[in-house]
Amino acid sequence: MIDVMHQENNKKIISFLLSLFFVFSILFFTSAAQSQQPDDVSFNEVASQLAGAKLKQVAAVVDQLTQFDDEQLLPLLKAMLEGKLYYEKKSKRLVFAEILEDKTINVDGVFDENSIENVKKNTLRKVKTNNRLRSSIRRSVAQITLFSGGIAVRKKAIKSMFDDLSKENVTLLNKLKETEKNKKVINLINTAIAIADLKSSDVSLRVQALKKLEGNLEPVVRNEVTKLLEKDSDGNYKEDALVVSTASKVLQSIEENVKFYGYLETLFFGLSLGSVLLLIAAGLAITFGVMGVINMAHGEMIMLGAYTTYVIQLLLPNNLALSILLAIPAAFIVSASVGILIERGVIQFLKGRPLETLLATFGISLILQQCVRSIFSPLNRQVASPEFMSGALEINPIFSITYNRLYILIFALVVFFLLQLILRKTSLGLNVRAVSQNRDMAKCMGIRTEWVDAMTFGLGSGIAGLAGVALSQITNVGPNLGQAYIIDSFMVVVFGGVGNLWGMLVGGFSLGVLNKFLEPQTGAVLANIIILVGIILFIQKRPRGLFPQKGRAAE
Amino acid sequence: MSMNMLLQRESLLSDSGSRWFLSLLAIATAAVFIGNVFIPEGSALHVDTYTVTLFGKYLCLALLALSVDVIWGYCGILSLGHGAFFALGGYGMGMYLMRQIGDRGVYGNPLLPDFMVFLDWQELPWFWHGFDQFWFAMIMVALIPGLLAFVFGWLAFRSRVTGVYLSIMTQALTYALLLSFFRNEMGFGGNNGLTDFKDILGFDLQADNTRISLFVISAAVLAFAYLLSRSIFLSKFGRVIISIRDAEARTRFLGYKTENYKVWLFVYSAILAAIAGALYVPQVGIINPGEFAPLNSIEVVVWVAVGGRGTLYGAILGAILVNFAKTRFTGIFPEAWLFALGGLFVFVTIFLPKGVVGFFSERKNKKQNNKAENVAEANS
Amino acid sequence: MSALDSLRETWRRDQVWPALIDDKKVNVDKDIILYIEDLSVSFDGFKALNNLNLYVNDGELRCVIGANGAGKTTFMDVITGKTPCDSGSAYFGQTINLLDKTESEVAELGIGRKFQKPTIFEALDVYSNLELALKANKSIITTLFSTLSGEQKTRIEEVLTIIGLKDQYQLLAGSLSHGQKQWLEIGMLLVADPRLLLVDEPVAGMTAQETEHTAELLTSLAGERTVVVVEHDMEFVRSIAKHVTVLDQGSVLAEGSMDEIQNNSDVRRVYLGEE
Repeated sequence: MIDVMHQENNKKIISFLLSLFFVFSILFFTSAAQSQQPDDVSFNEVASQLAGAKLKQVAAVVDQLTQFDDEQLLPLLKAMLEGKLYYEKKSKRLVFAEILEDKTINVDGVFDENSIENVKKNTLRKVKTNNRLRSSIRRSVAQITLFSGGIAVRKKAIKSMFDDLSKENVTLLNKLKETEKNKKVINLINTAIAIADLKSSDVSLRVQALKKLEGNLEPVVRNEVTKLLEKDSDGNYKEDALVVSTASKVLQSIEENVKFYGYLETLFFGLSLGSVLLLIAAGLAITFGVMGVINMAHGEMIMLGAYTTYVIQLLLPNNLALSILLAIPAAFIVSASVGILIERGVIQFLKGRPLETLLATFGISLILQQCVRSIFSPLNRQVASPEFMSGALEINPIFSITYNRLYILIFALVVFFLLQLILRKTSLGLNVRAVSQNRDMAKCMGIRTEWVDAMTFGLGSGIAGLAGVALSQITNVGPNLGQAYIIDSFMVVVFGGVGNLWGMLVGGFSLGVLNKFLEPQTGAVLANIIILVGIILFIQKRPRGLFPQKGRAAE
Repeated sequence: MSMNMLLQRESLLSDSGSRWFLSLLAIATAAVFIGNVFIPEGSALHVDTYTVTLFGKYLCLALLALSVDVIWGYCGILSLGHGAFFALGGYGMGMYLMRQIGDRGVYGNPLLPDFMVFLDWQELPWFWHGFDQFWFAMIMVALIPGLLAFVFGWLAFRSRVTGVYLSIMTQALTYALLLSFFRNEMGFGGNNGLTDFKDILGFDLQADNTRISLFVISAAVLAFAYLLSRSIFLSKFGRVIISIRDAEARTRFLGYKTENYKVWLFVYSAILAAIAGALYVPQVGIINPGEFAPLNSIEVVVWVAVGGRGTLYGAILGAILVNFAKTRFTGIFPEAWLFALGGLFVFVTIFLPKGVVGFFSERKNKKQNNKAENVAEANS
Repeated sequence: MSALDSLRETWRRDQVWPALIDDKKVNVDKDIILYIEDLSVSFDGFKALNNLNLYVNDGELRCVIGANGAGKTTFMDVITGKTPCDSGSAYFGQTINLLDKTESEVAELGIGRKFQKPTIFEALDVYSNLELALKANKSIITTLFSTLSGEQKTRIEEVLTIIGLKDQYQLLAGSLSHGQKQWLEIGMLLVADPRLLLVDEPVAGMTAQETEHTAELLTSLAGERTVVVVEHDMEFVRSIAKHVTVLDQGSVLAEGSMDEIQNNSDVRRVYLGEE
């Protein structure tokens, strides 16, 4: 419900901004460029003239339309090119229509995005075009996209040409190349030209083009090169021998690159999983290291953090970015307070009985889960990502890093180093380390161990809350959110050893990466099992984990 | 210069708790049996078959609780994965029952269980062979979980993994099994597990007589397991186990290979749990991977905690009490059960560290002490 | 160690095959029961033992003294298999390598240990505590079906008399007083009939009378058995020791009779804090 309202609002703002923009651009054009465009006519009105227009009129209207800088121009022109632009006979309303293979018609409004149901073919009529008009439209389309627009738009335009490298387009590209300054765009142009050259009749040109495409990661390139290696029905190559040998070499280089980036991608996924595990395990390890207590409700602290994010987003539906930023301290405070409450209310009465503590905290985790189920319903909730976290950083055509995972990775590392800082530089940290090494001695030195315990538990739980904020960005928020990660995080603690936070860093990332590398070979479930068994075997060799707490106090 | 000390060692039935427990079990079993078989339907004293099966289930769960008490109460090993052995035992029995269906399944395949036909398997996987024989299935029921417990225990105890670490590892063990049994490729029916059983040793599983027999057998096995465990803990072996619980390092310095003791106790406990599972499955009529869920295993621990650790009968009492409460509760407010269970965990660990049994025996001791003091004062 | 390495180790000529050594029997032909050579242990860079060399004669009563952190307890930990060492060797008699033995194997060889803090089994009665410590086959099956022989019962009763707990034999060990617990632990050592006793601060927390009693007991044990006592209480050491070893920073600082030690300038400087 709120989402819808929210979208509605966004639309209003955008349309308001757009109209402002139009007013300015129209003013600009009318005064400076003496455009033919009448200043009180909107794009939609001009476009509507297409309905029922004669061929000559159509050409004029298209000419007029190309003067607009409107989002809808491109789809409109493209639809005309593909013969998909129709209008309804009665209402003269423009629609996109596509006659599917089973002879049903798929109709979308041009100016509103809702699809229109129950339209019969005979109520529609096509907007007329002819070859001359089409080629002029094609030129305008390419020009609009190639010469206006930012780098991303230009890149997209060039890519859209990959399927249609007609002579005209190639000349256009060559023209763009002369003025283009961005290296990536130039590379893309070169790729496009090389692809076009692959189809030339000149063998040496084809070979040259192939060499230029070595290691190129554009999917089209791979397809085109593979096509060169096709065999006819007799099993002979269709292509010239030289072309075939070069093509197979190029294909190999492409495959190698693809594989390499595939590994990089898996590595990134692994690091992303690892960063989540790190956030969870760090909190777990602090409470275990200082108090010798495994907090089975740790997963629920994560869940609380995630629900805090969800609630803040409900309160601030119009400002996603702010809500996420606010959620970070809020989730920390919520989870930390619940943690302190648990410590004061339950755990302090179970001193020196770690197994009972484990059971009691498990009971608390059941209660918290059921609370959330009663308050928020057992269904999963979705937390939206703010704009700066959606989308992906495209490194090359087959390898991109999604921003949400990237930010979570950075976030986890920042939290980790802050935590190190707190433990090393603050008096709380000093107290915490003292208590974790020798509780009795610390007590004798006048450290209020009770207070340290409460603070430690709060800190560990608060970090779990932060993990909840992070998790809300990559998965749905539900009452079982914590359970899904908690066993893996226990494994990180067991693997890394509780003596040292660095153990969590190494443990979290190595388990995350290992998991993601095993997954494609074995499937997610088996990967999980292999890791569990692996850790059971690992602690044979190192019962105290990678970074054990050493010295006499460790006994 | 012998002083002729007459060491008064406890014998099998010398403590009042044991006597109470065994007589109660015998009376209850007899009452249910008579109520079901001899008292006609419609009479107020008639026990219907549904109730019999419910009690039978409780007895199996009580046996599971007993197995957890054996290692937790006496050796201090908190296993959060005993549900795994219970479920493995259940699967062993389930495989036998599955093979008994024969061609009466939906697909009518004489050899392959329905789910295999459904998955388009052509032949029986190797590990399903032999399960058409009851004796073989029963050996496997004890052997497989026992072997798993041995391997796990040997690895864990030899590398001296103790305390919460060990608990976490046991939880990981049952979690790993949960994940693997969910897979169809494992050949145990995946998600749905094994069900639609028809008969056991030729007796119809739905028949009242089979039901009451299973109930009586469960009670007998429970009593036997109780007596066996108790005699084990009355032996010197039992005293070594208690020493390990309280001061493992010291026990080692006395020359006992404590890891071996722990491994074998763990195996014994796992086999008890597996037998409980094997008795449970024909009564509830289904076994699925859900039994491996870590929550199930932890629930067992709380039964033991509620009843009281280290007494054996306390665990049994706890299992029956909590499960009875669960049946009633989930009937009335299904939502509130998790609240109640969670609260129970917290309440018992803080306020009843020795469980119900411990609470009452402490009160009894206090009374006796007070009496003794009063007598002493009166005399002086 | 790879299979090949262990094979090579087996065929080395300068060594008797491990399988041929009688592990159960202590060889004290040279009158020395404990050989400790170049033993080093470090915790996180701190050298708890630093090339420690120590020989204990068969039947001797040896006192080991030293400041806190001198490595007294660590040295006991190493020879009883509790702490692994970095380098060096420790032999029991001439043939038995203590370093590759676990705690329970060391105990079976006849080395008994009393800890600094009395560790007894508080949930068991006094009698059971002694019964568990008895020298006997400690494998699982035997333990499961074991009953006490008359001889063993007599032995337990003897020890109960020695440690003065014969009236408390049915009490739970946890209900004993601190001194009684110390005695019970000593009793557990005695009943095991060990060849070598390692006693860590036996008189801590004892009254003067109990201390005296302990001193008598330890001296009476020497001869038949070998006793190594680690102690802080100098009065106590003086009352029992003929031969004293002083440890400092993980190695031996001085060795000799009590008088020699007290006049040794190194010892006075380090241990008694004199310039």
